[in-house]
Amino acid sequence: MENFQTTLGQANLTSIIIFFVFVAVTLVITYWAAKKTKTTSEFYAADRSISGFQNGLALAGDYMSAASFLGIAGMVALKGYDGLIYSIGFLVGWPLVMFLIAEPLRNLGKFTFADVVAFRLRQKPVRIASSVGSLMTIVFYLIAQMVGAGALIQILFGLPYETAVIIVGLVMIAYVLFGGMLATTWVQIIKAGLLLTGATVLVILTLSHYNFNITALFSQAVDKYSDAVLSPGGFVTNPWDAISLGIALILGTAGLPHILMRFFTVPDAKQARKSVFVATGFIGYFYILTFVIGFGAMVFVGQEAIIGVDKGGNMAALLLSEAIGGQLFLGFIAAVAFATILAVVAGLTLSGASTLSHDLYVSVFKNGKTDEAGEVRVAKIATLCIGALAIGLGFAFKGQNVAFTVGLAFAIAASANFPSLLMSIVWKKYTTMGAVWSIVTGAGLAVILIILSPTVWVDIFKNPEAIFPLKNPALFSMTAAFLVGIVVSLMKPEKEAQVKFEDEKIRTYLGIGAE
Amino acid sequence: MSLKQSDIREILESESFKSLVKTRVTVSLTLTFIMLAVYFGFILTIAFNKELLAVKIGEVFTVGLPIGIGIIVFAWLLTGVYTRWANNSYDKRVRELRNQILNR
Repeated sequence: MENFQTTLGQANLTSIIIFFVFVAVTLVITYWAAKKTKTTSEFYAADRSISGFQNGLALAGDYMSAASFLGIAGMVALKGYDGLIYSIGFLVGWPLVMFLIAEPLRNLGKFTFADVVAFRLRQKPVRIASSVGSLMTIVFYLIAQMVGAGALIQILFGLPYETAVIIVGLVMIAYVLFGGMLATTWVQIIKAGLLLTGATVLVILTLSHYNFNITALFSQAVDKYSDAVLSPGGFVTNPWDAISLGIALILGTAGLPHILMRFFTVPDAKQARKSVFVATGFIGYFYILTFVIGFGAMVFVGQEAIIGVDKGGNMAALLLSEAIGGQLFLGFIAAVAFATILAVVAGLTLSGASTLSHDLYVSVFKNGKTDEAGEVRVAKIATLCIGALAIGLGFAFKGQNVAFTVGLAFAIAASANFPSLLMSIVWKKYTTMGAVWSIVTGAGLAVILIILSPTVWVDIFKNPEAIFPLKNPALFSMTAAFLVGIVVSLMKPEKEAQVKFEDEKIRTYLGIGAE
Repeated sequence: MSLKQSDIREILESESFKSLVKTRVTVSLTLTFIMLAVYFGFILTIAFNKELLAVKIGEVFTVGLPIGIGIIVFAWLLTGVYTRWANNSYDKRVRELRNQILNR
């Protein structure tokens, strides 16, 4: 235990075999899905054939990125209790998705959340603004995923970074291009199943060393380090920082385009609701497992050894797998981590492609007039574009510190997408210009303030002091987005939108006329 | 399904529809408020009084541990509460209203 030697970085036969089996199985599913993916409803929404339970698993698969598995486990291993505080922030957005968004979204929308924002407003300006918010969220999220994928696979399989990025890009493009939402959904379901199984087995193996007495594990951690591992540390010091991050995580979850898109794959609002219940359960369970895994790594691998492999602690879960389950189990968990990245980028790519084709091409350039075959073709071209962009981003940001991009993606989602979506659902007097200015303000402020924040201004540009004091801008950018949306809407009322709001209530609340 | 504009008006202005919307908004906002209060209560407790969560219960565990895990479980249970309410009460009223409309 003291001189733990890792084989990470060398090609691991088990992980290569398991990974190839995963890719083979998912490509067979893609082939099967391709035959059922001809119309727009099939391509974007799996023909609304996914059940609530399946969608719940797929949502969990979409949300539990390698960053949360490896990143949070690593944070727990190095900082103890603080890692738990962080993961809680990622979970509590889900109940809000259920209470405020899921059902009206399902009832009002067709394929993208912009359908709902633009429902009773003037299509073109709102679609363009929503697309900007949507694409910015997706691009920043993609950067983190692709750079993470390249680096992770380099460490896990000993493959060169560029090769890894290209493999992830090509496989993911194959899923989305040929199998559309149906294939993407099943990739996410399988990945969620693998990840939950892998994490559960890892926890069982860890606890089996203590005869399943969990107190013994924690007491050993306390003995090895200090009491502090089970108490809040330096993660929350400035309350404003903590509130701002909390807002980004919670409301950002309710504004992630690839998550929102999944609600159009179920037949009705009841199944949409059920899918959030299932997703919240699995994600919550997963975070609890991750907490135990982090402590397992702290005890079995040791913080020094974890930092030795990766300063951020991202390899903690993998090192624990090796320490406790040997080469074979490490291979399994490594393959699962790879599959995790594939599933998340596939969801992001499909969501970005639908924004390009459904929101921009069809609704803006073609005034909503297009034939089925034409739109599917455009959606596929858009898939290729986003896929190529993902690979390009992976290359462009190689070796860069991109940890802030996830926080930025959540901040934009919370500041641009969430306010416009919520106001369009609940507020009668919301107007086209209100929506456009709210989105522009939210997205613009999120980007500008994060550049001026300690996260970028100090950590990346190496300036001695930040211009904007908070690490995450959501508190300001989200509040400003709401205020601007309200003020602009009140300045110039839009009669037509108010009349339509009354009419759409029958659809929002009763689901009559829903797609 | 095509509904006449006059029918839609009638439904929208009916007492049963209005009370349905009102209940739904009340339930949604109440649960949202509870979740936010619990989360930010937790975060602000840490920000202003870390020691409170570091208090030991038993030999190893701190108060913060069951509270942290508890919030995860609580968030899930809250989605369960909403789902139960919506499946049993809300959906029933929606069905009644829909039948009224469709059986015209």
